[in-house]
Amino acid sequence: MTTTNTELNSIAAQEYRYGFVTDIEADVAPKGLNEDTIRWISAKKNEPQFMLDWRLKAFRHWETLVEADSTPTWANVSYPPIDYQDIIYYSAPKAKEKLESLDEVDPELLRTYEKLGIPLDEQKRLAGVAVDAIFDSVSIATTFREELSKHGIIFCSFSEALQERPDLIRKHLGSVVPYSDNFYAALNAAVFSDGSFCYIPKGVRCPLELTTYFRINTAETGQFERTLIIAEEGSYVSYLEGCSAPMRDENQLHAAVVELIAHDNAEIKYSTIQNWYPGDRDGRGGIYNFVTKRGKCQGKNSKISWTQVETGSAITWKYPSVILQGDDSIGEFYSVALTKGRQQADTGTKMIHVGRNTRSRIISKGISGGRGNNTYRGLVRVMPKADNARNFTQCDSLLIGDQCGAHTTPYVEVRNNTAHLEHEAYTSRVDEDMLFYCNQRGLSTEDAQSLIINGFCKEVFRKLPFEFAVEATRLLDLNLEGTVG
Amino acid sequence: MLEIRDLHASIDGVNILKGVNLRINAGETHAVMGPNGSGKSTLAFVLAGKPGYAVTSGQVTYDGVDLLGLAPEERARAGVFLSFQHPVEVPGVRLDQFLRAGFNALQKSRGAAELDPLKFDRLLRQRVKTVNVDPAMTKRAVNEGFSGGEKKRNEMLQMAVLEPKLAILDEPDSGLDVDALRTVAQGINGLRTTENALLLVTHYQRILNHVVPDFVHVLVNGRIVKSGGKELALEIESEGYDKYEQPRGEALPSPA
Ligand SMILES: Nc1ncnc2c1ncn2[C@@H]1O[C@H](COP(=O)(O)OP(=O)(O)O)[C@@H](O)[C@H]1O
Ligand SMILES: [Mg+2]
Repeated sequence: MTTTNTELNSIAAQEYRYGFVTDIEADVAPKGLNEDTIRWISAKKNEPQFMLDWRLKAFRHWETLVEADSTPTWANVSYPPIDYQDIIYYSAPKAKEKLESLDEVDPELLRTYEKLGIPLDEQKRLAGVAVDAIFDSVSIATTFREELSKHGIIFCSFSEALQERPDLIRKHLGSVVPYSDNFYAALNAAVFSDGSFCYIPKGVRCPLELTTYFRINTAETGQFERTLIIAEEGSYVSYLEGCSAPMRDENQLHAAVVELIAHDNAEIKYSTIQNWYPGDRDGRGGIYNFVTKRGKCQGKNSKISWTQVETGSAITWKYPSVILQGDDSIGEFYSVALTKGRQQADTGTKMIHVGRNTRSRIISKGISGGRGNNTYRGLVRVMPKADNARNFTQCDSLLIGDQCGAHTTPYVEVRNNTAHLEHEAYTSRVDEDMLFYCNQRGLSTEDAQSLIINGFCKEVFRKLPFEFAVEATRLLDLNLEGTVG
Repeated sequence: MLEIRDLHASIDGVNILKGVNLRINAGETHAVMGPNGSGKSTLAFVLAGKPGYAVTSGQVTYDGVDLLGLAPEERARAGVFLSFQHPVEVPGVRLDQFLRAGFNALQKSRGAAELDPLKFDRLLRQRVKTVNVDPAMTKRAVNEGFSGGEKKRNEMLQMAVLEPKLAILDEPDSGLDVDALRTVAQGINGLRTTENALLLVTHYQRILNHVVPDFVHVLVNGRIVKSGGKELALEIESEGYDKYEQPRGEALPSPA
């Protein structure tokens, strides 16, 4: 066992250990949302005209959705209506114009990331991780940029990419998730403030894990980031994002959009460890995590894998999807979603088989404890021309205690009779008898629980880069402290 | 090694154990026999510390310490092992990993070296032979989809790995055919030493032909009503429990 009892107990005393607030001066947009807010944000970021035009189109579309009252309602989650005029749409730490190196980053900020365990320090190079950190609305520092640029890889904040490679953005932005896709995608397109951009040229295997760390700090702020990853022919990239936020009594909105594009023979691995503040025991506060993530396997024989470990947020609403357009392309979704306390998660994936011989694999592991509510919602769609499409779906649930809930809602739409689909599911419950059996073999309850959860999640953890698998295990252990007994 | 004095225990407010006395020394094998519902499993669970069992009076001393004051995992680390009448499934957790975690927890609490997966695997393969189980079993999830016989053998394997000082075996024979019974019994005998002790709980006499006890106690309605040598088991085999099941005044004292 890696953790001792005393360690676990002392850590358990802090319920959410990332809940501190950084005292830093911020450049904040006026509360509320109208065309002026959007012009303000766009001007602040010195954006090209096409960008502002796109934002405004998105905003006008979003307004029609608000008027028609078409916030998504099909998810198995409940929350009071969100007042979109009561949110701050842009908040940036006041800083020097342009940062040349880490030395110029506000030390207070660096300390924040240190507390969060983010390897901003270039020395962490050895760990093979390049980091982009987003604090409230803007990107703070991107490490190893030089090293990456030697390979022709661009890894920077979205704002910088907009200045330096507007051509790439213009070509790809909205090509996988159009602003009209859904309510939150439209909102994001209108007001997104920053995010990560990543471009891997033809034939290049990215030598580092690329990582973005998202942090919401300012109160009443929404975070709307946008990530775009383009993998050219024959390239490979592994990208990981982590998230946290201070503890606050009011809910905060996080509505991100991620678009991935994989060309012929390219592979994108996208991993998420999401630990936004989940709210307190009684369901007060916490992040509303309403995210649209989609990848397009545009090229032949391309591959996109989503791996997610979702432990935080009051509400998670998220369906990382893959459009399997290129023949022989592969889409994968590996997910661990944990809900406890009053947390609600409605998450899953969509695999859209368009090309021939396309394959998809879905492994979903839902863990519920306390009074948590966990729903897997997945869609496998096979289009008429997708000959010999294959899908394997496994969605399992682990219930801890007897007050929590798990639901699985798999949808299947097959329009080609050569398709081959398999579905498996099982539910198990961690109860006193199981824990006593483990105790009787010398294991503490914490260690037993950790063993059971690791066993349950191993197919997903195996897909994470090693150090993140360790982090994910630790997060689950911490989050489940005190759920039983 | 173990001394139980006037032990009373209840579940959900119902008294199940009504004054059990028992003394076990190192090197001894004690059989507790009794009809269904007499409290045999309750006694085993109370000794192992299962939550939900309230000890209303009495004491249990194990190696000079108050056993009832220890958490279940502390009892396990102190060398108390319970072979479950109904072993529990631990889904998704591979038996070898489960056993290594338990073994290392015991080692750690004794200040002994923990074993890495390779070293532990060597030890495990050897113990697999001792109790004669299929090595493939160790790569499966704990008890998941195991047959009744496999579950019982698994309990013996775990005992062989953890090498308890006091092993409480709750009906290790139930549900086994003759061959399986012989294997399990051989496994148990292979683990008997002069240092450890065995408390063998059983409904039927037949396992006692293979694992020969030094003492036999008859538990009826939460009390030990008679104690004797191994011949007492044979007497019960031929006469049944009927004559003990009449309400009686006082429990008979157990052998000192
Ligand atoms: N959870 C429980 N709640 C109430 N009574 C129980 C519970 N478990 C066992 N009992 C009762 O306790 C008595 C002894 O049970 P047990 O110790 O399992 O007997 P044995 O192992 O000798 O067959 C039985 O009458 C049984 O019905
Ligand atoms: Mg019993």
